[in-house]
Amino acid sequence: MPDEPTPPQSSGSEFEREPVPQSELKGANKFWGMYAGEHCAGTEFMIGPLFLLNGVSLVNIFLGLLVGNLLAVLSWRFLCAPIATKARLTLYYHLEKIAGDKLVILYNLANGILFCFLAGAMITVSATAVGIPFNIPMPTVDSIYPNSVPFVLIVLAVGAVIAVVAAKGYETVANFANIASPWMILVFAACGIIAFKQLEVSDWGALQDVWTESIAFAQAGKGESTMGFWSVVFFGWFCNAAMHVGMSDLSVFRFAKKESYGWASAAGMYVGHYMAWIAAAFMLAAQIKLTQDANPVPGPMANNVVGLAGIICVILAGWTTANPTIYRAGLAFQAIMPKVSRVKVTLVTGFIATIAGVFPAFAWKLLGFVGLYGTILAPIGAIIFFDWYFHRKGDATNLHNAQPASSFSVPVLLAWVIPVGVALYFIQVKGISAWYFPLPCWIACGLLFLAFTRKSSVTA
Amino acid sequence: MELVLKILGRVGLALTVLPSILFLTGTLQLGTVKLVMIIGTVLWLVAAPMVQKLNKEHPAGG
Repeated sequence: MPDEPTPPQSSGSEFEREPVPQSELKGANKFWGMYAGEHCAGTEFMIGPLFLLNGVSLVNIFLGLLVGNLLAVLSWRFLCAPIATKARLTLYYHLEKIAGDKLVILYNLANGILFCFLAGAMITVSATAVGIPFNIPMPTVDSIYPNSVPFVLIVLAVGAVIAVVAAKGYETVANFANIASPWMILVFAACGIIAFKQLEVSDWGALQDVWTESIAFAQAGKGESTMGFWSVVFFGWFCNAAMHVGMSDLSVFRFAKKESYGWASAAGMYVGHYMAWIAAAFMLAAQIKLTQDANPVPGPMANNVVGLAGIICVILAGWTTANPTIYRAGLAFQAIMPKVSRVKVTLVTGFIATIAGVFPAFAWKLLGFVGLYGTILAPIGAIIFFDWYFHRKGDATNLHNAQPASSFSVPVLLAWVIPVGVALYFIQVKGISAWYFPLPCWIACGLLFLAFTRKSSVTA
Repeated sequence: MELVLKILGRVGLALTVLPSILFLTGTLQLGTVKLVMIIGTVLWLVAAPMVQKLNKEHPAGG
């Protein structure tokens, strides 16, 4: 899931333009708890069922996600955390020192727009649960546009609440999200256990048979798989590409005492992106078996399995993750328009996200969108990585004293947009799945950056 | 007070997940599972914020 972890709160300053001092470093438990909670979010209710709809075999889900999540954890541990615990800067300030503040604004713009659509999908997820007591028909998996006026009104209401809270009371919701996360994890586990029981299988073979029948039903008899083992591996690895190889989590791990805390990301991957995805996938399989309904609408699915607790979980899971996402998108946009108040920018950002949430297609296309998100943002991490090891030689003092060669680094821009442009062509025109592109784009971006900056003076 | 709230919160978490395991073993009916889970949910969502508030007011008291 593409939710971005919140840095452990420090006592006062967030050290946005200075290295985090030794006195503010946090212990390992904070990171384990934070990753477990933040990656068990509203979008997990969508992603698991989408595997079933894409015809992914049960073996490929279990093994593909096992491998993909391991690669994601290794990326956090060996690419992101080592730089974060030495440089101890946010991604934004780190990038500013390499590429200049104007280019950081461009990165913020891309980040903010993508966050808006991600938050929109989360608002859709919450709305599917809010609509249940009102007996409102939900959009189906084929719906691109909203299916009814009441659904639109509910999305607008949910989006308005989320936007206002993000603008006015972010801290309150952030605290509440911390409270809700252990409970949400247990509700996900309960959903999976109950759905498994409802499948009425006694062994692995029977489970595979039920799963295959569910895929055939959902695909109207076709039984085709559009995602094989490697698709699942790459999706699991890169659904949070912007955070690990993309170095967004420099902002998190700069508070870590040791780089080994990068292993804490395993809590998020194997609780949120393994247990929760598989649990949600079982929920859809159980729904198909019991009601012959293949629509992966989170609210009704959770209601069928665990009742009111499930409805509350879907609402809170969507809300607590959409809220910081809109808040961060607002911050990203505000960096572009610093004279406009953060409250106003966040409200407008929430409005855009809400409009996106009205269109259920963003939620149904979440797998592709997440891949696109990683493809566009992750290459910036390669700039950080290659600069750190080839230009700075791993020397934090060199980085801290550095001034960018210009306020808008053209070499960095070209290194970023050339591979991303090529990737977007293959994704949009050739129809190749987006989750295959973060890795080649990341490598190409890093190599181009080295080539373009070989003779320029980016160091102090 | 804080100890009581902490215990209530833990009980809430237990009531959230244990019914599903009892359903798996055939001990509980689904209707009962849903009822117990919502009781656990309310317990946790009421007790945990109060514990957090008390912790902020008296951080040394743990």
